[in-house]
Amino acid sequence: MSQIASRVAPPLPAATEKLNFYGLWLGTAIALLLLPKIFSSGGSLTTFSLIGISIIFSLSYNILLGQTGMLSFGHAVYYGLGGFLVIHSINIIGAHKLPIPLPIIPLIGGLSGLLFAALLGWVSTQRSGTAFAMISLGVAELIASSALILRTFFGGEAGVSANRTKLLKLFGWNFGPQIQIYYLVAAWTLIAVVAMYALTRTPLGRMCNAVRDNPERVQFVGYNPHVVRYLAFCFSGFFAGIAGALAAINFEIANSAYLGAEQSGTVLFATYIGGIGFFIGPIVGAIFVTFLSLGLSDLTQVWQLYFGLIFIAVVLFAPGGITGLLMMHRPLVKAGTLPKMLPSYLIALVPTLAIIAGLILSIEIIVHYTVNPGDDSHIKAFGVGFDAASPYLWTLAVILLIGGFLVARRTWIWVGHAWDDATSVAREKGIAA
Amino acid sequence: MLELIVISTLNGVLFGMLLFLMASGLTVIFSMLGVLNFAHASFYMLGAFFGFQISRWFGFWPALLVAPLLACAIGAGVERFGLRRVHKNGHVAELLFTFGLAFVIEEVVQIIWGKSPVDFRVPALLDFPAFTIFSTNYPAYKMFMLLVSIVIFVGLLIVLKKTRIGLIVQAALTHPHMVGHLGHNVGRIFMLVFGVGTALAAVAGVIAGPALVTQSNMAGLLGPILFVVVVVGGLGSLPGAFVASLLIGLVQTFAVSMNGSLSGTFGPLSPAYASTWLADIWGVTIAQIAPIVPYLLLVLVLIFRPMGLLGTRDT
Repeated sequence: MSQIASRVAPPLPAATEKLNFYGLWLGTAIALLLLPKIFSSGGSLTTFSLIGISIIFSLSYNILLGQTGMLSFGHAVYYGLGGFLVIHSINIIGAHKLPIPLPIIPLIGGLSGLLFAALLGWVSTQRSGTAFAMISLGVAELIASSALILRTFFGGEAGVSANRTKLLKLFGWNFGPQIQIYYLVAAWTLIAVVAMYALTRTPLGRMCNAVRDNPERVQFVGYNPHVVRYLAFCFSGFFAGIAGALAAINFEIANSAYLGAEQSGTVLFATYIGGIGFFIGPIVGAIFVTFLSLGLSDLTQVWQLYFGLIFIAVVLFAPGGITGLLMMHRPLVKAGTLPKMLPSYLIALVPTLAIIAGLILSIEIIVHYTVNPGDDSHIKAFGVGFDAASPYLWTLAVILLIGGFLVARRTWIWVGHAWDDATSVAREKGIAA
Repeated sequence: MLELIVISTLNGVLFGMLLFLMASGLTVIFSMLGVLNFAHASFYMLGAFFGFQISRWFGFWPALLVAPLLACAIGAGVERFGLRRVHKNGHVAELLFTFGLAFVIEEVVQIIWGKSPVDFRVPALLDFPAFTIFSTNYPAYKMFMLLVSIVIFVGLLIVLKKTRIGLIVQAALTHPHMVGHLGHNVGRIFMLVFGVGTALAAVAGVIAGPALVTQSNMAGLLGPILFVVVVVGGLGSLPGAFVASLLIGLVQTFAVSMNGSLSGTFGPLSPAYASTWLADIWGVTIAQIAPIVPYLLLVLVLIFRPMGLLGTRDT
């Protein structure tokens, strides 16, 4: 028996692999330490804090969607409840002068997320797939609507606020300035990311993948898929609670928007755009979406529309998300056939960009005529000024859209052929695609 | 009291029939395509806004006909060029596609018609009280809404039970793969069903627009309730959707018109607890908890009858 086990088990990692692995985490930690030295402005520190919170939240969401195959439309419930309990506990701790410093407060958020996930999860995880998605939506609406009724706890529309500097000081840090909050968020982000990565390596993490891929077979092996889903749900709630706690500490307020559908939608967008197939996907997605929402809102009035269109484009054309797209090219890089793909990519890029330009142009012109019809027709979007009233521009937009579409269809077929060639070469060299 | 019961029953049945207009399309689409159309309530909203715009240009009656046709064309296009593409990536991708679509439709409606409610009026022909019970005037337009939804309900029933297409749709409700094996053009049926489903939602939008508020958040408000209807009735069960629509319509209408609270029944809470969260629960009226009643019902149904009231399929 032991012989079989030793034959099946993977070989122990070599010393260099171990070094690479721990070096990666160490490098990340050092980079997080040095980041504020490079970008020291208050704005970038706030952005980094938001990204950190978003990373924890998206990764916790991916425990459900990517690893266990449960599409949740109500993940913000655990994020929001974590935030609210943390705000209340900061107030209680501050009022009673309890000896609890701020850095361990996020744990309270995590535990409250875990508690509520444990309470609500048993019913919701009975089924997966579409039924689970609808149930999560219903539970989220239930909690979000209740938040407006239970005013003493949730503070109604205004929310509840707290003062994070009133707690026990550690090493003279009172967590007033943003730089200290940045380090708090960075430390928790690193801990949470390591913990969630470790979770994917445990037998439970593996069973989650099995439940996602083939729940029936999991039952035959002797596991209960419902229990596995429930455990994944609890872990996910725990980390979402930590993220909510950090957000509450960062803003010093928790309001009903934390629990709402918009928050649940944002984390779904971030995770899916980043890519649910790889552990690093949600991290990429969180960074991308945070920058996008901060950057696009400066560039155009209707940034949420572009946001939605990007999401639809990812669902339609790149179901693996950003990381999925990049990882597709790994066998080609290994086989050295990637340069063969580049020319066809460059050719396809031109009409694709033309479509995008035409789309943006027409959207901005329509927005000008519907949202602010009385204004001057010389508008500015994405840093480029143009005259929305000019008929030349209208024709240009239509030509770019239709012409770009017709040409792009051809060029993407070429890309497909080039892709087939490149992957077959890679396959001949014995590299699995 | 009797007045309240009669009026609430009428309003509740009306709201329930409206819900069923949408839930029927959603259920049939779910049964055949296996995808729960997250954007279904958005088509209801599109119907209302198309209806508003067309009735401004040409009057209400053309709008009642043209707006659903437009929505039908958009729905068929979404199925043909969007859903069919993502189908190979599984149900999660399909659901996410419709989720993104709902998001985009809401943004587009906000861009074109703004965020505040539009002035969608009841047509002058129907702007009179139909009858008076217990000194309350019941508007004729509401009777018209009831009539339209009942006519469509009966029409749907006849199409489903008596025609060939209805037969195929019925078969596909329970055995979607078998229908494909029998040689029907499944793609075209899907497109048709999707289009008709969205058109039904748009009809509901056009007739509900003048009576309720036509605003860019109407899809977001109604969408979750619609999913509650479908899950409570049992995913994929048309009779279940009917029962659940009426149930939720009646329950919510009655809850809104009731003012009782725990403090009203048992007297005020002792002053010791007056500032705690218990006071919130004690003082809240039934009318205030009306918005969460459907979701409470959902959780109860899931605990005691996970497949829904009349559901048979275990998804």
